[in-house]
Amino acid sequence: MSRSPNRRALLVGASATAAAAMLGGCDRLGNAEWFRRTLKTGEDANMFVQRLLLGEATLAPEYAEADISPWFKPNGTEDPPDRDYKALAKAKFAKYHLVVDGLVEAPFKLSLGELRKLPARTQITRHDCVEGWSAIGKWTGVPLTDLLSRAKLKPEARYVVFHCADTMDQGNSLEGGGDGEGTDEVPAGNANPSMTKQSGSGESRKDSGGQQASEDTAASGGSPVRYYESIDLVDAFHPQTILAYDMNGQALPISNGAPLRLRVERNLGYKQAKYVMRIEVVESFANLGDGKGGYWEDQGYAWYAGI
Amino acid sequence: MARTYLTRSAPETGEVERRRWMFRHPLVIRVTHWVNAICLLVLLMSGLQIFNAHPALYWGKVSTFDAPLMAMTQTEDDPPKGMTTVFGHGFDTTGWLGSSVGSDGEAADRGFPAWTTLPSNQDLTGGRSWHFFFAWAFVLNGIAYLLYGLVSGQLRFRVIPSRDQIRHFGASIWEHLTLRFPQGDEAKRYNVIQKLTYLIVLFVLLPVQVLAGLAMSPAMNAAFPFLLTLFDGRQSARTVHFVVASLLVLFVVVHVALVLLSGFRNNMRGMLTGWFVIERKVEPAVPAGEPRA
Ligand code: HEM
Repeated sequence: MSRSPNRRALLVGASATAAAAMLGGCDRLGNAEWFRRTLKTGEDANMFVQRLLLGEATLAPEYAEADISPWFKPNGTEDPPDRDYKALAKAKFAKYHLVVDGLVEAPFKLSLGELRKLPARTQITRHDCVEGWSAIGKWTGVPLTDLLSRAKLKPEARYVVFHCADTMDQGNSLEGGGDGEGTDEVPAGNANPSMTKQSGSGESRKDSGGQQASEDTAASGGSPVRYYESIDLVDAFHPQTILAYDMNGQALPISNGAPLRLRVERNLGYKQAKYVMRIEVVESFANLGDGKGGYWEDQGYAWYAGI
Repeated sequence: MARTYLTRSAPETGEVERRRWMFRHPLVIRVTHWVNAICLLVLLMSGLQIFNAHPALYWGKVSTFDAPLMAMTQTEDDPPKGMTTVFGHGFDTTGWLGSSVGSDGEAADRGFPAWTTLPSNQDLTGGRSWHFFFAWAFVLNGIAYLLYGLVSGQLRFRVIPSRDQIRHFGASIWEHLTLRFPQGDEAKRYNVIQKLTYLIVLFVLLPVQVLAGLAMSPAMNAAFPFLLTLFDGRQSARTVHFVVASLLVLFVVVHVALVLLSGFRNNMRGMLTGWFVIERKVEPAVPAGEPRA
């Protein structure tokens, strides 16, 4: 070939410059609101198509006892710093009550003992963290369907929100601590230290969150951000959607969400809210948290977590 | 075969015709080729971003955290080192894998370095948005390519080796190894190794990549449990997805190298405008201007 070394050097240099410019360009694009929204249409399409493919009662695969992971990796909050929670835990959750309210005809409260007396479902399922890892666990708990039928949904009901005990950050962007409870389960999460760094904007919140949120949060009257999640009625009435109090045949450990956590199979880990205190039925989650339907959703994760 | 080509005579009229113009790549093929190239690049880089959220691979249904097939970690040393462990063997990969310097100049705990990931900083949710958007673009573009290729006959012509090519398989390999590129009529079609490579990429690697991607979705696992059977579990699907992505990188590297070696300008003009020049073999001089097709 007739190319001179100079020309070749020029070409290589030009390509390198172009590549660098392209990378920078992609980052800049990725920060532009319109482009972000465009990219998100991919995730909207995921939900649209997967919902078409899935029957309402299509079950997630269930596994055998032998498949249970020896260690079920806890992620996100592993020990809620909140004073109220610590008090409950200290008393072995004897004073714990699950509240079911919102757009229902008959709101109610149940203690852990009462929950345990209700008909239960046990399932061995795989938990997939958005980070990429998986673990298999055996869950026993009350089907959410039973709780919702007992409460009787009002016609406007569209989503079920899970408010959790664990404070994630001392945020101030939220309206009242009252609204967003949250669970954690940070699929994206905190488990892996690298995760904590992940979502650019969310990162400082996350770092400060988990641990320091601590006792005074509740007392200070600030607006702590607690973990919360939401699912729609398709997932809420799915036969494998349960509020689990047992894991692998034993009371749920604190690191895995005691006393009660959501299992909403067919979804990634961040949907599986831990430390659930209150189930609120709503028409829209627009005025909870930052309005995206969950703690991680508020950090940019997709509300639909089927992939 | 002649049916596939339009030719026009060389612009330098008057001379003995050495070069022949051939319309090699129809518009649909050119457009889908470049869309595909962009999609693969974005999918690769956003995929590495996703990988970095948990830079370890396993086999089977679940993660065996203490026995990964491959893992990238940063050590506690000061300054930290990057370690990559593959099948239990550790390698120091400081600066490349496990620990590398980001745009802030700080060494950070990350699998692949910032310049290979999209976005460049650690941003799992950003990476996922890019990955899924371009996965859709890639799949729709691929379907358009396949439909067009089937209906127009281009696909068969391009990637299925003809009988004579199979017969001369050995000779082709030798030509290939010695980087002698075919001239004259033989340059009008892809050679047998090229065809087989494209065949494997099109009908094995890319479909497996899509299926492995889908097999990692808990919702797809409920809808199509056979996906898990196919890959022997979700974590193996993730590993397969990673390995196939690496094979695709290998393919692209060789593909681009051959494009450079076999006449960069001609190849690029071919894939951009459709027009490609065939260099005539010199020996059997054909009288100028005699129609050949
Ligand atoms: C329709 C096509 C595709 C789908 C549905 C898909 C889906 C996915 C998913 C769900 C993940 C996340 C894995 C995790 O949880 O860690 C992922 C990761 C990844 N993807 Fe894709 N992907 C597709 C195509 C591709 C292609 C064509 C490439 C390569 C050019 C690619 C490269 C990667 C890489 C390198 C990763 C990270 C490593 C891994 O987890 O294997 N993907 N992809």
